Amino acid sequence: MIKLSPKLSQRLSYTILFLATLLAIIPVSAIIFTIIKNGASAITWEFLTAMPKNGMHGGGILPAILGTLSIVTCTIVITLPIGVCAAIYLNEYAKDNLLTRIIKLAIINLAGVPSVVYGLFGLGIFVMFLKLDVSIIAGALTLSIMELPVIITTSRSALNSVPYSFREASLSLGVSRWQTIRYIVLPNALPGILTGAILSISRISGETAPVLFTAAAFSVPHLPHSIFDQVMVLPYHLYIISTQIPNMPKNIIFGTALVLLMMVLTMSFIAIVARIYFRKRRKW
Amino acid sequence: MRKIIDTTIETIIFICGILSIIFVVLIFGFLFKEGFAFFKSFGIIEFITGRFWYPTSNTPSFGIFPFIIGSILVTVGACIIAVPIGVMTALYISEVAPKGIRDVLKSAVELMTAIPSVVVGFVGMVTLVPFIRTLFNIPTGLTAFSGSIMLAFMAMPTIVTISEDAMRSVPWQYKEGALALGATKWQTIRRIVLKAAMPGVIAAIMLGVGRVIGETMTVMMITGNSARIPLSIFEPVRTMTAVVAAEMGETVRGGMHYKSLFAIALVLFLITFIINFIADLFLGKNKNK
Repeated sequence: MIKLSPKLSQRLSYTILFLATLLAIIPVSAIIFTIIKNGASAITWEFLTAMPKNGMHGGGILPAILGTLSIVTCTIVITLPIGVCAAIYLNEYAKDNLLTRIIKLAIINLAGVPSVVYGLFGLGIFVMFLKLDVSIIAGALTLSIMELPVIITTSRSALNSVPYSFREASLSLGVSRWQTIRYIVLPNALPGILTGAILSISRISGETAPVLFTAAAFSVPHLPHSIFDQVMVLPYHLYIISTQIPNMPKNIIFGTALVLLMMVLTMSFIAIVARIYFRKRRKW
Repeated sequence: MRKIIDTTIETIIFICGILSIIFVVLIFGFLFKEGFAFFKSFGIIEFITGRFWYPTSNTPSFGIFPFIIGSILVTVGACIIAVPIGVMTALYISEVAPKGIRDVLKSAVELMTAIPSVVVGFVGMVTLVPFIRTLFNIPTGLTAFSGSIMLAFMAMPTIVTISEDAMRSVPWQYKEGALALGATKWQTIRRIVLKAAMPGVIAAIMLGVGRVIGETMTVMMITGNSARIPLSIFEPVRTMTAVVAAEMGETVRGGMHYKSLFAIALVLFLITFIINFIADLFLGKNKNK
């Protein structure tokens, strides 16, 4: 083997590392670019605001958009308060004991459960056992459990970043523990918690497997009326029209993918900008 | 009065705190209940090693061996692609990249997590699948290999962010020590940083594997869904997740087929549980340093 001089070998290695980084980034950009390039022509006012026509070969995707929005709203309303409370418990109350360790292990495990397993669990417990049927609420409950570990983790790191001296100052004035959390810790952690929530919303919007058997319907002829309705959702709709329906016009499929992608990316973008903004404004 | 409010709220907070445990137990219990009922009438050994999946035939057979092979094949393929690229990217971002573009690169890698798996599957279906078919001149591009490529991209953010954290938390004294002894920067990175960050890197890889095994929509759309045992990576396969997602809709609720899918979910649950548990042990090791 040829022995390279240390300098040359460093330069060579750096180049390889740089190329690897490019390889990691290019696919994402390529996916986004492909969708935008092919989907942009499909986006019209009608596409966003009309019902599907001719067996989904024409018209718009309004029911799928509204379906996704309603499931996401329900999910975040359920999961955010629970997740934030759990984070408060772990960060402010929990002692370093066996129970805390088990909770942490449970959170790690929940985060790793495959999404389709959540779907099956939701089908078994919410749809069948609790008889909620295939509905927005059954889907939202399923997604809530799935998103809980993410909300707990992000909220916890937001709470953790509030300096300990803030709590000490408040407690030393005779304020109770909960009052301290309520008026001192939470307000300071709020930006971090909200950023995490927005990222979660973005993630939930794109999930297919958990709603497959709990909320999503192939086609619903009307817009959702109540949380006990079945709904069309964007990710499932995209799956259906791209794999199950023959001779779908390509630009409708790309258009649907683009709408979904834009919803998800806009939210991620807002979260990233918010994170940078609040980090700059932080008072400590 | 204030005391009562405080106690009530603190009780609610405590309940939310232990809710995660309750959910894990519920999920496991539920899968176990349905899975156990299935194993009583169909042997667990036959289930795991059986080569034939005929869930709806008159004499049904529930062998998931082809799906286990399918999952393993796709996962191993994805790792072979994602691990070297991911670890090198993490090294570049944490040790080599100029400070200014570090965060930009990191955000760009993380952007991949934001893309829904159906979208990844769809793009793979219209671009990668035909490309693979013509490139290797095979009858279909819907193969384990195509799935591995797409899943490698999806595992990348997990591998990169977690290894990068581990590399960054290597104490600076280690690096300065090596540099002071006359090592070049690259020698320091390779011999010191990479070694010290190894537990974190292993954890990152395991979490990436967990992500790939659990991925459903992408594999369902681009691996071809064939229930046969594949002979090479260029053949269609079906993964455990894809079976559950594809067949649940057609089962009779409460029937054998239905229960067999819960049994598959139970297997998946146990696999990911073990993977995450081990990954967490490695992460803990990294922190204690």
